Amino acid sequence: MNFILQPWPWYVSGPLIALGMFLLLLAGKTFGMSSNLRTMCSILGAGKKVKFFAFDWKAQKWNLTVFLGTIIGGFIAANLLSNNLSVAISAETISDLNALGFNSAGKAYLPTELFDVSQLSNLKTLVILAIGGVLIGFGTRYAGGCTSGHAITGLSNLQLPSLIAVIGFFVGGLLMIHLIFPLIF
Amino acid sequence: MKKYLTYLSIGILIGITLFKSEAASWFRIYEMFKFQAFHMYGIIGSALFLGIIFIQIIKRKNLKSFYKEAIVIPAKEKSFYRYFIGGTIFGLGWALAGACPGPMYVLLGAGFFNILVVIAFALLGTYLYGVFKNKLPH
Repeated sequence: MNFILQPWPWYVSGPLIALGMFLLLLAGKTFGMSSNLRTMCSILGAGKKVKFFAFDWKAQKWNLTVFLGTIIGGFIAANLLSNNLSVAISAETISDLNALGFNSAGKAYLPTELFDVSQLSNLKTLVILAIGGVLIGFGTRYAGGCTSGHAITGLSNLQLPSLIAVIGFFVGGLLMIHLIFPLIF
Repeated sequence: MKKYLTYLSIGILIGITLFKSEAASWFRIYEMFKFQAFHMYGIIGSALFLGIIFIQIIKRKNLKSFYKEAIVIPAKEKSFYRYFIGGTIFGLGWALAGACPGPMYVLLGAGFFNILVVIAFALLGTYLYGVFKNKLPH
C-alpha cells in the first residue's frame, strides 16, 4: 500500500495516462481537456455575443463528465492517496528557485508563494495567476488543444499539427522560465 | 447513464494519475523547462510510446468502441501559424501558472483554491479567442 501513497514514478504515471486516453477512445471519445473551457463559456451564455460559442454544448456533456472526474480524482489523490505532498525536485532546481525567492521549493506540492490562500490578497500574485490563466485559455483554443489533445492524443496519432503545437508549447515555456521569470521574480 | 459512469471513472483515473505523478505540480513544470530532471519527459515519453501502440492497435485491428461504433480521431486542419503561435502562447501560460487545463481541474479538487483564479481567467482567455478569432492568422 505504501507505494501508492508515495509519488508515482514516471514509468507508472505515463502508461496510466496512455491507458486513460485509450479507454476514452474505446468509449468513443477523444482526450482533450481544454475543450471544456469553450463549453463552459457557452454554458455561461457567450454564444449570444460570439458565434464561436454558439453550439449545442449538451453534446459535450461527456467531456464535462470527464472534467468532473478529474476534479474528484484530484480530491481522492490529495486526501486519501498521499501521505506527503512535498515534491522531490532536483537539488539544482531547489537552489535556482530559492534564488528567485521560492523558499517552499522541495517542501510543498505547489509554491506557497503563489498558491497559499493568504496570497490572494497579494496583487502581484493575483496578476501572475490571472495572466497565466488568460494565456492558457487563449493559447489552447488558438492552438486547438492543450497537452492532452496535442501532446498526448495528437502525437500518439502522429499528427503533424500536434507536433507543431507541442514545439510551440516548449518555445513558450522556455521563454517564460529562462527570459521572463528573471524579470518578474 | 452507464456511459456517463464510464466517462466519470476514466476522468477519476486520469485525475488521480495527474496528481500522483506530480505532473500537476508547478515545481515539476519549472524543473522540466530547466531540463533538470527526467521525470516529466519520462511521463510524456512513456505515455506517447504506449499511446502510439494503442492507436496503431485500434487502426490495424479496426477496433470498435464499447458501443459498437467506429473509433474516429478527428484530424486537425493543416496549418502552421495557429499551432505555433497558439502553442507558444499556451506554453507561456503553462510555465507561469505551472498547470495545463487537466491539472488545473485536478488542483481544484485537491483543494488548492487559488487555482480558481487561473481557471476563471482561462475562461476569459478562451472567450477572448472567440472574440478575436477572425482577426488572427490561422
